[in-house]
Order: sequence, then C-alpha cells, then structure tokens
Amino acid sequence: MIETGSIMGKGKPTFFKEHQNALYKSLEDKHTTIDVDDTDPLRTRMVLNMGPQHPATHGVLRLLIELDGEQIAKTKLDIGYLHRGIEKIAENKTYQEFMPYTDRMDYLSPYSNNVALCTAVEKIAAIEVPERAHYIRMIGCELARISSHLLYLGAMVMDTGAISFFIWTFREREKLYDIFDNLGGHRFTISHSRIGGVHNDLSPVCLDMIRTFVDEFPKELTGWGKLLNKNRIFYDRNDGVGRISTEDAIAMGMTGPNIRATGIAYDMRRFKPYARYNEVDFEVPTRLEGDNLARYYIRTEEMAQSIEIIRQCLDKLPKGPVRTDNAKKTYPSKDEVYYSMEGLIHDFMMTDTGVCPPAGVECYHAIEAPKGELGFYIQSDGTGHPWRLKIKSPSFSNLQGLEVMLDGEMIADTVVMIGGVDPVMGESDK
Amino acid sequence: MAELTFSLIVMGISLFMLLNSAAVAVYAERRIAAFIQNRVGPNRVGPFGLLQPIADVLKLILKEDVTPTLGNKALHTIAPMLPVFTALITIAVIPFGEGIYITDINVGVLYLLAVASLGVYGVTLAGWASNSKYSLLGGLRAAAQMLSYELPMGVAVASVVLFAASLSVVEIVDSQEVWWNIIRNPLGFIIFTVAAFAEANRTPFDLVEAEQELVGGFHTEYSSMKFGMFFLAEYMHVVIASMLITTFFLGGYHLPFAGLWLPEMSPVWKGILDVSVFVAKTGFFVFFFIWVRWTIPRFKYNQLMKLGWEKMLPLAILNFVVIAGAILLYNEFF
Repeated sequence: MIETGSIMGKGKPTFFKEHQNALYKSLEDKHTTIDVDDTDPLRTRMVLNMGPQHPATHGVLRLLIELDGEQIAKTKLDIGYLHRGIEKIAENKTYQEFMPYTDRMDYLSPYSNNVALCTAVEKIAAIEVPERAHYIRMIGCELARISSHLLYLGAMVMDTGAISFFIWTFREREKLYDIFDNLGGHRFTISHSRIGGVHNDLSPVCLDMIRTFVDEFPKELTGWGKLLNKNRIFYDRNDGVGRISTEDAIAMGMTGPNIRATGIAYDMRRFKPYARYNEVDFEVPTRLEGDNLARYYIRTEEMAQSIEIIRQCLDKLPKGPVRTDNAKKTYPSKDEVYYSMEGLIHDFMMTDTGVCPPAGVECYHAIEAPKGELGFYIQSDGTGHPWRLKIKSPSFSNLQGLEVMLDGEMIADTVVMIGGVDPVMGESDK
Repeated sequence: MAELTFSLIVMGISLFMLLNSAAVAVYAERRIAAFIQNRVGPNRVGPFGLLQPIADVLKLILKEDVTPTLGNKALHTIAPMLPVFTALITIAVIPFGEGIYITDINVGVLYLLAVASLGVYGVTLAGWASNSKYSLLGGLRAAAQMLSYELPMGVAVASVVLFAASLSVVEIVDSQEVWWNIIRNPLGFIIFTVAAFAEANRTPFDLVEAEQELVGGFHTEYSSMKFGMFFLAEYMHVVIASMLITTFFLGGYHLPFAGLWLPEMSPVWKGILDVSVFVAKTGFFVFFFIWVRWTIPRFKYNQLMKLGWEKMLPLAILNFVVIAGAILLYNEFF
C-alpha cells in the first residue's frame, strides 16, 4: 500500500513495486490476473494507467497498459465509467419519454439514436410512418453521420499530433449544428424524430441550409484529402497500425466502419434497409487492410456517400404529412391539441400512457448508426413502458476489438487507435 | 579594454533581446496558430493582445509550485534551469553583424554543438525527477532523440566548416559573403533544419512532450515558474535554432551576394543593416517553426529513430564526403 496519510512530504519513496501491485490488484478485482514476477527487477515491466482522465481517450475510457519499453506487451480495457443505467431508466418511461435519453448515448449523432428507437417501437407496435417523414429521417441520419465522422476525423488527426485539423473539422460541424438548430430547434440533443414520424416539417430556410451544405461540403472534403492522403507522416502513423483480421473483427463483434475496414460490407442500410434506404443509390465503402488507414478512408468515403444520399433525398422528398394520423399511436399535431377537445385528450393519453404494443411481443430492430449497428431490443408487457429494453451499442462492440489491436504496438499508437476505433463512451457504457 | 566593453554591451543587449524574443515568439505562435485555425487568438491584453505574454508570465508566477511527494526535489528544481541556461549561453559566439559579436573563439562550432547537446539534460532529469511514468517516458524519449539527431546535425555542420576552412563561427559567416551555404550545400541545409527541429523538440519531433499520449511528457508534473522556465526555454531554443540556421546556411547578416554589390558604408549604418538583416532572417525561420507545428502531425518514436539513423545520418555523411571531394578537386585544379 502507498502511504496516503500525509501529502506534505512525509510519504516514503515507495514508487514502483507497490504502485504496480495496486494496479494489478485493481485488475484482479475485475477478474483478470496478471502473473507478477518481481524476483528480477530488470524484468519488471512498467504498467501505465491511461485514463479515465486522460486528454486523448475520448471520454472516460481506461486502459491499463503493460509496457516493454515503448512497446505494449499487454492491454486491459476498463469500461463502465459513464454507466448511467439507461436501460433501466427506459423501463420507467413511456417510449416517447425515453427518446431524449437516447440523445445522450452517442452524443455525436443524436439523430440516428432517435431514429433507432423510433423504428424499433414502430416495428413492435406496427405503426406506419408517412413517406415524407422517412425521407426527413434519412436526411437527419446522414447529417448526423457526417457530424460524427467529422469529429472522428478531427480527433484522430489531432491524436497523431496535427492540432489545427480538429478546429477545421469543427468549423464544418458548426454548420451542421446550425442546420439541426433550424431543423428541430436544438443544436446538440435534437430529439426531432417521433414515434410515427418526425416532430415538424423542414422549413424552407432549413432546406436552403442543407442544400448549401451539400454543395459546399464536398469541396472541404477534397481539400482535407489533399492535405492528409499524401502526407507522409500521417500515412506512416496510420498505415498498418491497429490491424485486425476479419476473423478477429467478427469474433469480437465489431460493426460499422471498423468491420467494413476489414473487408466485410456489413451495412444495415443495405443488409436490412429501413426508412427508404432501398430507394436511394449509394455505395458501401469497403477496404481489406483492417488498419487505421483503412478506417480513415472508409469514413471519409462514407461522408461523400452521405452527401449523395442527402442530395437524392432532397430531390425525391415527397409531399404529405410528417406524422401518422393515428392518435392511438402517435402524438396528435399541436393544431389539434389547441383547437379540439379530442386532440387535447389524445395528447394527455399519449403523455400518460403512450404507445402500447401488444403484450408479450418482443422485437429487435437495428439501424446503421455512424459507429455501426445500433439496435434496440424491446420486450413489451402490453403497457406503455417497455418491460425490458436492451441496447446493442456499436461503440461497446467496437471497443472489444481494441485489446486485440493494441497488443504489440507502440505506446504512441494507443491514442491513434482509440481515435481510429472511434468509441463514444456515453454509448458504450450506456 | 574598449573591445571588452563592446563585448559586454553586445552581451547585455543580446541576452535581453533573446529573453524578450521568447515572449514575442509565444505571442507570434498564438496569433499564427489562431490564423491557421480560423480563430482570432489573444487580442484582449494591450493593443492587438501584445501584452499577452506578460499576462501569461504573471499567471505562471502566481500559480502554486508543486513538487510530487515522491519526486527528487533538488533535481526537480534544477532541471528547468538547464535548458534556459544552455539557450542563453549559445549566443556567445553568434555574430549579429560585422564585428558585432560577444566573442570569437576558434572552436565556436564545437562550442555550439556541445552546448546544444547539454539542453537535453534538463528534459531527461525533469522526466526522472518527477517520479511519474509519463514524465519518465518523455525523458527517455528525449535522450534517445538527442542521440539520433546530434550526429546528422554535427555532420551537416562539418560540411559547412569545409567551406570556411575554420571552426570559428565568425569566419563561417564571412565565407558566405557572396555564396550562401544554402546554395553551395542545399542538402546540408535540409538535414540541419530537420535536426534543428528535433533539437528544439518541435512538431513533428515533439514526442518528448506528446500531449496526446504522454499528457505533457517530461513537464507533466511541473507547474508555476518551473513550468514557465521550460516554456521559456522551448521558445528560446526555437529562436536559437533559427539563428543557427541563419548563421550556418543563410549567410548570417549578409544580404544575398552582398560581396558583389553592397557599397562601403559607415560602421554605424552597416551595423544597423546587418542586425536588421539577421533579425529578419531569424524571424522568418521562427515563423517557419510555428507554421510547421500547426500544420503537420507528429512522428512515432520508432519512425523518428529510423529517419535519424537510416536516412539522415548516411545522407549527411555522403553529403560531407562529396563536398570534401569537390573542394579538394577545386583547390587542385583552379
């Protein structure tokens, strides 16, 4: 034990061994044992504790790294520092009330999370969604994907040491936030989607903003590509770093860009189309290398594809209502609530009881969130609250592969690899 | 006696300016970084934020000075002084103008190389004395980095010495009155510049402090003015490195091909011109240092070693041999 009684200089210099043992102990508490050989001081390895407070771990991820010089001998991941019990909270909320909580999961792409929950509930309660709402949701999801990938790009490039890049990508994200602000009245946690549609239609101003963004963003993307793709240092920092084989990636359950970087074109938008993804043309970028560079290429190409999807959605955007006209299944419009008795009653009932799927029914529905397959598994007991709600979060599955990737790499690569896997701890720890 | 007085005056002014240049470099770094990143940068303290460095230093002085409980107090205190000290004594042999230098020793180049390598002790000791794993890793990286880049730097300087046929820095500058070394020896210039980046621990070679993976590297456990001294030393080393590049490769205080066209001038006007030219060149390289830092990513430890030992050292030696041979043949036949 390290003496903790006094900070003011009385502590004995018991640096290495005791500290090391304390770290081993904390690992053992998590059912992981490391064999300690402290007979020969020269063979004692340094155990570095990275996080949960560390500038570059993208949240509260904790890594325990056993170092052999600058090389990583063994890594242990410690996740769960941001556990908020979201799944349990869901059991005490109506489906619609729970939606704002999903905003706080993957807080870089709240729109996708909302859509994921809504589609799952719509599936279990058999609710039809108007065409226009589908297209608005697709636009929102793709904007969220760009926003999330932009943060990945900025953070990952910053992890390799180029700090300015982060701010350049944030300038573009700021435009996206403005669009979301105009779309749903909220910049960050937007909660725009509703069970049975979306909250409100796109305003003409918002449409204009999206069109401008769609026109201008590809230029930025090409510019960044020019800066990074031929940059020798950036290339070398990512090429072959954090390589994971296809088999390992499947075994660890990785999803999203991480598994597409290993050569599997697994994309829920293609695999099991939801919304109207079967009516738009887009490619699923895939690479074979499975390293950090492949993940970088995949995400930049996905951003370009998202722009294409948004463009097509804007062209095809059908006219019509944005929410289904069934007061038992969705909130009535505010016009009805304010000007008719029934509307007011329906509104009360929706807030009080909510959507009631049939008793004993269970369903799983997943969408392609920016980080990968985001699924909601719902078991219903016939009331307005889910009996059990399980979230399959992509960040959690992606992090499983990180230990495999980190072993044998350099310490300087840890942050780059974490950036490459792109976890969001809010989602991983739920 | 008059010579000694003049030396002392030059010393006083140049030390004063060097200390100030660090403050100016900090301000320049923040403004240029802001410009590169589409921001405004510090613009609140004084006109155009010019007094920002003073505010920074004041803040640092007022901070609590913390030494880790289990750290080595004496070394923890001494470590930040070393880089400042080495940066300050470097200017002893740099000529700022014709006849404007503190001293002209006949082994000036060796002196510069020796002093430049002393600076790393501060970093390594700081890493060790902090008793923190991140600091230790940073300190070890510093030692390895210094070893790998001292050699190509030395060989590049040796190729410069060949032209002047002297180890005196003043004579090296004199030899560039017509032909700057950047024209006669471009490869040496590139190698020296890269090595100078590594010596000053600047991006892309700043793995010693690698903010992302090592938190702050060797200065993780430093606060208050002890950290301030590291900060000061970093910028002084940037200025010093720029001065050395200017002196060795850009003709020091000489204008391009000055020997061919520059008319005779009175010593005072010549002195003013020389110092202005020298400062302008140094300023450009300080800008260059900052520009690079905010644009490109950082090397990895093994890549840095590879570059140093496998590319730069052989190139530097080859460059040296080729130049030596060329000079020998030139002297033989012309």
